[in-house]
Amino acid sequence: MWLVLALLLQQPKHLAVYAAASLSDAFNEMADSLQRRDPDLHIDFNFAGSQVLVLQLGQGAAADVFASADDRWMQTARDSGLIDGTPQTFARNRLVVIVPKGNPARIGKLQDLARSGVKLVLAADAVPAGRYAREAIFRLAWSAGYPPDYSRRVLANVVSYEENVRSVAAKVQLGEADAGFVYVSDVTPAVARQVRRFDLPDTADVIASYPIALVRHSTNTEAAKTFIDFVLSPSGQAVLTKNRFLPGR
Amino acid sequence: MKLLVVRVALSAAVATLLCILALPMISLLVRLSPRELLHQLAQPVVLTALGLSLETSIATTALVIVLGLPVAYLLATKEFTGKRVLQTLVEIPIVLPPTVAGVGLLLAFGRAGLAGGALKALGIELPFTTLAVVMAQVFVATPFFISAATAGIASVERRYTEAAATLGATPGYGFFRVLLPLALPSVLAGAAMSWARALGEFGATITFAGNLPGRTQTMPLAVYTALQNDLAAAVALSVLLVILSFTILLGLRFAPWGAAVGGAPARPRGR
Repeated sequence: MWLVLALLLQQPKHLAVYAAASLSDAFNEMADSLQRRDPDLHIDFNFAGSQVLVLQLGQGAAADVFASADDRWMQTARDSGLIDGTPQTFARNRLVVIVPKGNPARIGKLQDLARSGVKLVLAADAVPAGRYAREAIFRLAWSAGYPPDYSRRVLANVVSYEENVRSVAAKVQLGEADAGFVYVSDVTPAVARQVRRFDLPDTADVIASYPIALVRHSTNTEAAKTFIDFVLSPSGQAVLTKNRFLPGR
Repeated sequence: MKLLVVRVALSAAVATLLCILALPMISLLVRLSPRELLHQLAQPVVLTALGLSLETSIATTALVIVLGLPVAYLLATKEFTGKRVLQTLVEIPIVLPPTVAGVGLLLAFGRAGLAGGALKALGIELPFTTLAVVMAQVFVATPFFISAATAGIASVERRYTEAAATLGATPGYGFFRVLLPLALPSVLAGAAMSWARALGEFGATITFAGNLPGRTQTMPLAVYTALQNDLAAAVALSVLLVILSFTILLGLRFAPWGAAVGGAPARPRGR
């Protein structure tokens, strides 16, 4: 029994990166190139909605790096004394609307999202992507060519508030939802084959920004700094661009 | 000396397990003051989730009984090829991660799923509906009913039903007036277990039915959602769930037919 316990409690010295769900492809790719350089480096990722990550950090999760999908949750983490140093914005992301390839609700333009009966999926309010989506919907309502009650009608069409943006993409990809608000980076090649994408007009172009920082109680600061430096380096930025992110600055 | 060692080991095991099982419950219960708890419980989101949870879990229990009894009867009284496969099939949801169940339900009954076209022809779209919540709960809760009810029916001695048949009882009469009353303790215990399991369902629900207050956001989903920005509300909801589940299981123990919890074979009682 003690052996089992010891095995469970013994953590090999890995770098623990807590990152927003939307970063999963890009960060996994970066980890691959980092590990090719340094085979002794082991990176464990925890991908979830930024709000979940802050909650886990607050409960004392053993993380070394935190990368959030908005400044708000990074600020919350800082206010709670969970962060060391100043966070750095390393990427930005654009919000888009996706519909299944078959387009069951026959969405031809963003105005159609207000039509009754459309099954719209958003990320929950606490999720950065959910907050950005609301912001975009409200901005659309103020734009020319949209009815004044646009936001009310669109929000009335929401059939589910998902816990992270990747679940939104999955529901649309599976063809179960008629439309969803996701980041352009979530439209991975695999997703792209199964969805159609609508870009938001300039008047409602919501840009997400991604800050990264060292976690205060990190036990692996050296590796953490290496990781953060790599994310900010030209090679890291190239990986992000390749994964459809916009550069950090 | 040896006895002492055994005793110490036993107490250590009991204490460790109690810690793992009881400490989380206690921590939930003591976290909020009674006043704050009541205040949180009066929030609309809590009441909505509670109402939806009760509604769906009761509907689930009714469905599980109606659909599960014939299966339990079949498993308990008949021998047929494929019986073990059927038995395993109805038990699988106990060990399957509920999220997997949710993905399976989506791929089967989603509108792009295997049965999606047929359902659409009938004008039914399941995902994101309250009905989907019930289906997810039925999926995970059925095994608890079937195993208890099967054990209960199997434990009724054949001679009772045979005697009834000899005296001219129709199979239906024999089932409802002889077999079922004798197996009732196990059947009720199974129903209560299913109800408790349905109340706690999370993974299959959020995957298959989504998460919308008032329509698909049951209490466990509300706990998860609240946890992300309102810890007090999440704890209050959790306390409510702990109390509800505890009451159901405790009620089972104290019920006149309480011995049958967990599918322990019921002794046929003479009337």
